[in-house]
Amino acid sequence: MNPKTTNKIAIGLIYTFVAIVVAILVSLIGYILVTGVPHISWHFLTSKSQSFLSGGGIRDQLFNSVYLLFLTLCLSFPIALGSGIYLAEYAPKNWITEVIRTTIEVLSSLPSVVVGLFCYLLFVVQMHIGFSILSGAIALTFFNLPLLTRNIENSLKSVSHLQREAGLSLGLSQWKTITGIILPAAVPGIITGIILSAGRVFGEAAALIYTAGQSAPIIDYTNWNVFSSSSFLNPMRPAETLAVHIWKVNSEGITPDANLVSSGSSAVLIILILLFNLLAHWIGNLLYKKMTSNF
Amino acid sequence: MTGILQTKNVHLYYGKNEALHGFDLNFNENEITTLIGPSGCGKSTFLRCLNRMNDLRPNVTINGSFKFEGKDIYSPSIDLTELRKTIGMVFQQPNPFPFSVYDNVAYGLKLAGMKNKHKIDKIVEESLKEAAVWDEVKDSINKSALSFSGGQQQRICIARVLAVKPKIILMDEPTSALDPISSSKIEDTLVRLKKDFTIIMVTHNMQQASRISDKTAFLLNGDLIEYDSTQKMFVNPSNKKTSDYLNGEFG
Ligand SMILES: Nc1ncnc2c1ncn2[C@@H]1O[C@H](COP(=O)(O)OP(=O)(O)OP(=O)(O)O)[C@@H](O)[C@H]1O
Ligand SMILES: [Mg+2]
Repeated sequence: MNPKTTNKIAIGLIYTFVAIVVAILVSLIGYILVTGVPHISWHFLTSKSQSFLSGGGIRDQLFNSVYLLFLTLCLSFPIALGSGIYLAEYAPKNWITEVIRTTIEVLSSLPSVVVGLFCYLLFVVQMHIGFSILSGAIALTFFNLPLLTRNIENSLKSVSHLQREAGLSLGLSQWKTITGIILPAAVPGIITGIILSAGRVFGEAAALIYTAGQSAPIIDYTNWNVFSSSSFLNPMRPAETLAVHIWKVNSEGITPDANLVSSGSSAVLIILILLFNLLAHWIGNLLYKKMTSNF
Repeated sequence: MTGILQTKNVHLYYGKNEALHGFDLNFNENEITTLIGPSGCGKSTFLRCLNRMNDLRPNVTINGSFKFEGKDIYSPSIDLTELRKTIGMVFQQPNPFPFSVYDNVAYGLKLAGMKNKHKIDKIVEESLKEAAVWDEVKDSINKSALSFSGGQQQRICIARVLAVKPKIILMDEPTSALDPISSSKIEDTLVRLKKDFTIIMVTHNMQQASRISDKTAFLLNGDLIEYDSTQKMFVNPSNKKTSDYLNGEFG
């Protein structure tokens, strides 16, 4: 075979594989959207779910997902920022650092069911926190932390060492160089990472079934008292998220329209995650442009 | 004559490798001194000792005496922040921060705690003027520094150093990444800056060294071969190696 033919065959194969991947993705998303979108209505998005009757919505589940995401980010971002800065800027090259890196690696590859059950035993049962948004947020932090930490570390590392030298040679301390120069330069990458990880957190179900629970008690959106058990802001109440709702409706739903609810919820979930991805792309580009050209 | 910066018996090791083999160099105030020599002879290494930028590298051992205005640069009691402000540095690659021109120059001041906006504005303008780049940036001072040409970026970097009011400016091949016109603008700038600052510069450009410097030091494989007034070095070097190098016979 001459090199030209080899090249043609290789390119042909690559295109075929790419086509297969794209086809799978498009048919999957297409199927979910086609079956689900017709069921999405204002009523569906804004009314509460039903256990026995048809016509239930996903208002509470939607809110729970967003609130849980928010709490998870509040827990994981500061820790990830600290560890990311440490690993990128301060960690000496020795075996301790290697152990930390490996630990993070392992943590990010643990199956979510295992982490969910672990958090169930430790936080829900042992520490008596019960099924709650807080337990769920802690479980999700377990996943989110490694991803975010690695993302922040890499974003910081991708800032040229010339910038560090410039800062230090101006007499700035290492800390001021990092917070005043390196971190702002890394912001676009970090934001993109946060939004992408938010997408993953948003779609997680397995880890939440045993931590945030599967029930959506009636909550009052006008009650702003965080400590009141009926307040929508109370982090100690059990909270079924959208992803968990889909799982539950499919496995034990007995409403006549269980199928429709499940397709509609899936479509909403997919649309939101796609939006997260687009947003990540868009904000990342925007910030990068803002930092590197005219404003 | 005692200089503003005196170094004695400078040895530097990268791990076990000795990169500087022990030499003395003194620098006079308000002069431009250039360090020349073939690639790998230790020019950057030596320059980075003078504001302790080698501290950032692991496994570097430095021996010898470094005295700035009589004070030991490597004394444990020295304020590193203060030292690096007093002995500023311009790098080979222009490395402005990814911020506006204004912020690039103001950053050192702001992070050092200066609050007075009026005063900062004034210093920013003065520094950009001193670095001969004011006319080119004054209408777009809020534009990102990265949107300017390499030569303009380098002069912005010079302004950034000038803003923190150093006494000595170290420059490691500041024009090697630039076109001849930008280079000659920077050369003019340096000659003008000489009256207020002491400049120590590494260059591979012999014409540049002979055009602008008062003194020249020739390094070879970590040794100081000759150190004299530029005039003397270029017209009548006393060491055979120096004349060989200046005639382009090695390096
Ligand atoms: N970080 C480092 N680790 C180990 N060795 C180094 C390091 N930096 C430089 N060296 C060695 O020290 C010697 C001097 O290097 P230096 O960079 O000071 O040369 P230079 O004169 O600036 O060369 P150039 O003109 O190419 O910039 C070289 O032999 C080089 O290999
Ligand atoms: Mg060099």
